[in-house]
Amino acid sequence: MTVIRPYGDTTGDGRVQLSFTLPVRFGDATERARAEGAALQLAAKMGLEPAMVVHAKGMGPDFTYFIVYGRVSHLVDLSQVTVSEREFALLPPGEVNLRIRSALGRELVVVGACIGTDAHTVGIDAILNVKGHAGEKGLEYYREIRVVNLGAQVLVPELVSRARAERADAVLVSQVVTQKDAHLANTRQLSAAFRAAYPDQAAAGRARPVLVVGGPRFDPAMAGDLGVDRVFGRGTTPAEVASYLVHALARRPL
Amino acid sequence: MTQRLGLDSAAVAEARKLAAEAGRPIVDLARTHTTVSVERAVLRLAGLDGADDEGMPWVNRLADAVRGSAGLEHGIALPAWDAMVTGGYPDLAALATDAAAGRVTFRVPEGDAAGAAARAARLAVGRGIAVIDARRAERARLLADPGDPPKPWIYLIVATGDIYEDIPQAQAAAREGADIIAVIRSTGQSLLDYVPEGATREGYAGTYATRENFRLMRAALDEVSRELGRYVRLTNYASGLCMPEIAALAGLERLDMMLNDCMYGIIFRDINPVRTFIDQRFSRQVHARAGIIINTGEDNYLTTADAVDAAHTVVVSQLLNEYFGREAGLAGWQLGLGHAFEINPAVPDSFLLELAHAQLIRELFPDAPLKYMPPTKHMTGNVFAGYLLDAFFNLCGMMTGQSILLIGMMTEGIHTPFLSDRDLALENVRYVRQAAGRLGESFRPEPGGFIERRAAHVLTEAVALLRKIGTGGLLTAIGDGTFGITRRPADGGRGLDGVIERAEGYLNPATEILEAGG
Repeated sequence: MTVIRPYGDTTGDGRVQLSFTLPVRFGDATERARAEGAALQLAAKMGLEPAMVVHAKGMGPDFTYFIVYGRVSHLVDLSQVTVSEREFALLPPGEVNLRIRSALGRELVVVGACIGTDAHTVGIDAILNVKGHAGEKGLEYYREIRVVNLGAQVLVPELVSRARAERADAVLVSQVVTQKDAHLANTRQLSAAFRAAYPDQAAAGRARPVLVVGGPRFDPAMAGDLGVDRVFGRGTTPAEVASYLVHALARRPL
Repeated sequence: MTQRLGLDSAAVAEARKLAAEAGRPIVDLARTHTTVSVERAVLRLAGLDGADDEGMPWVNRLADAVRGSAGLEHGIALPAWDAMVTGGYPDLAALATDAAAGRVTFRVPEGDAAGAAARAARLAVGRGIAVIDARRAERARLLADPGDPPKPWIYLIVATGDIYEDIPQAQAAAREGADIIAVIRSTGQSLLDYVPEGATREGYAGTYATRENFRLMRAALDEVSRELGRYVRLTNYASGLCMPEIAALAGLERLDMMLNDCMYGIIFRDINPVRTFIDQRFSRQVHARAGIIINTGEDNYLTTADAVDAAHTVVVSQLLNEYFGREAGLAGWQLGLGHAFEINPAVPDSFLLELAHAQLIRELFPDAPLKYMPPTKHMTGNVFAGYLLDAFFNLCGMMTGQSILLIGMMTEGIHTPFLSDRDLALENVRYVRQAAGRLGESFRPEPGGFIERRAAHVLTEAVALLRKIGTGGLLTAIGDGTFGITRRPADGGRGLDGVIERAEGYLNPATEILEAGG
């Protein structure tokens, strides 16, 4: 069956539950009736008909909270569901650690920095610091990842030499400032410098580090154009970066 | 607080002794060093506010100028007030403007000139301390009328990024039952080596801690306190690179509680350990004077490590926080030691384990206004299960007499709480308080039973860890990754370049006054 409806307690009953707040007063009887009417109107516009307000509660003088049950009229066509897949699987920290151990037999070394004149370390810190971001711990939290966070305003040659000295597996660069497309120019400078520094990928027995850049104004489709391996945009979490690194390193001869 | 766990008093005494031994070398370090932020805090206490056109505070400009010519080894007071006296400046702002433009050459004065500079500095800083004293007296009056709410105090967070949005949200939360409002700081503020200025409307996942934001929120809560007939406390963060300055601003603007942990910035923010300990001692001296309750951050260890395996690291950190806090002059009632309800609910007997840990900490620190943090790590996105877990957290907090309950959100980890999430969370805690608020009176763990044995075991592990720290020192332990799971060497991390060894003749009028007490 490719066309389905929500299931309450009977096939095809279409029953769903919903809770929301409206900025309406829930005071005297008239106000209460008006508030519930408003909730039912919203439910109907969302495709819930018939709907029932099973709970309404005033929150302060200006708001009312509702719990609504109803029958949703919409159908779901499973053949029309498209799944956009990342090129890599999102892994929990334990799995990331395990894969690093079995693939490398040592810690994975990540060198991170903000380059150019960009002093905004919020992004790189959110990905690298234990504190992390959006409820996820940063890469420092991963036992099998060694993080070297160079901080802000790092010059590209300095980054290249630190990456070499630390035998970095990956280099993470965050760019927040976008005036005059500084983030794009800086990233091209970065990729050119790493290409120059690691001309023969097999020579040292190690490939050049995986180059990753990120920032709120980057388009992930630009990786090829910028000469880096991966671009992360707004809202990226540490787990995504960690999972990507495992994926990228597993594909490479070491 | 009744003793219910039959704790081994010799083990408790040994734990305290070992914590003091581990902490003492750190205190010596703090007594012999200063930092750029400690010196800037001296300027703030002396009344220097404001920022230049680029938003860089005048205290930074002046401290940088002094450091660049005379150095800060003797403290900022001598060179700055020597320039004030000899240059005939009307105030620090005028001096800072000239200094930033490179028009002032600073020196470390000697003889009579040093005496004159020291007198002027002591006078100016003394006025700032007097403001803090007046603020403390004002709080005491407000705690008498409109009055101090009964414990546990209900602690709620606002974090919109915009102080003008925070204010109505905070007032609404207070009306719904919050006793304490915490304004979360913008992501990354802890790593700024300056305190932003003015009222701010653009923060990321939080609102910048600025003096003006402090003032605006305190005034709004004073208003709602009168309306509600109970004093609503305000909390912010004295942490990160500007910890001493923020402590000073908190005292000047009558904040009531400040997050201030001995190791949080080191472990979670990679701030240099030495910088942290020096800044922390000064900030705690200011908090002690201001009558501010500190909140420590042990709950954070349990968000990275397992809450059962790492339970003893919480106790060890609390003992260290207690030692450092007391050494800096904080009274028992000012030590809001932190812990959390973070055991995986899939673990058998998880609630009994939580009760054992919470009761252990209650008995180890009977005077402390313990701050108990709700589950975050095992909030899965199933808001219904999360609501149940929060109810068990509230119950555990009531049964074990926790003092400050941070209210758990069923939508933890999904989004910043909706208005309705907060309302439901308060309904949860009200129900538990009304239904089981007095259950603690009748809570008697079976002698020799599971809870008592678990508490004794955690204490034993804590003593063992403290012994291990004792042999190598606390800085080495932090460098080895003993807390959290991250290694933080003493010569690594941010802010080390702001640490300065004190020279012979170092003068800090603030420290003088704060250490003299009174």
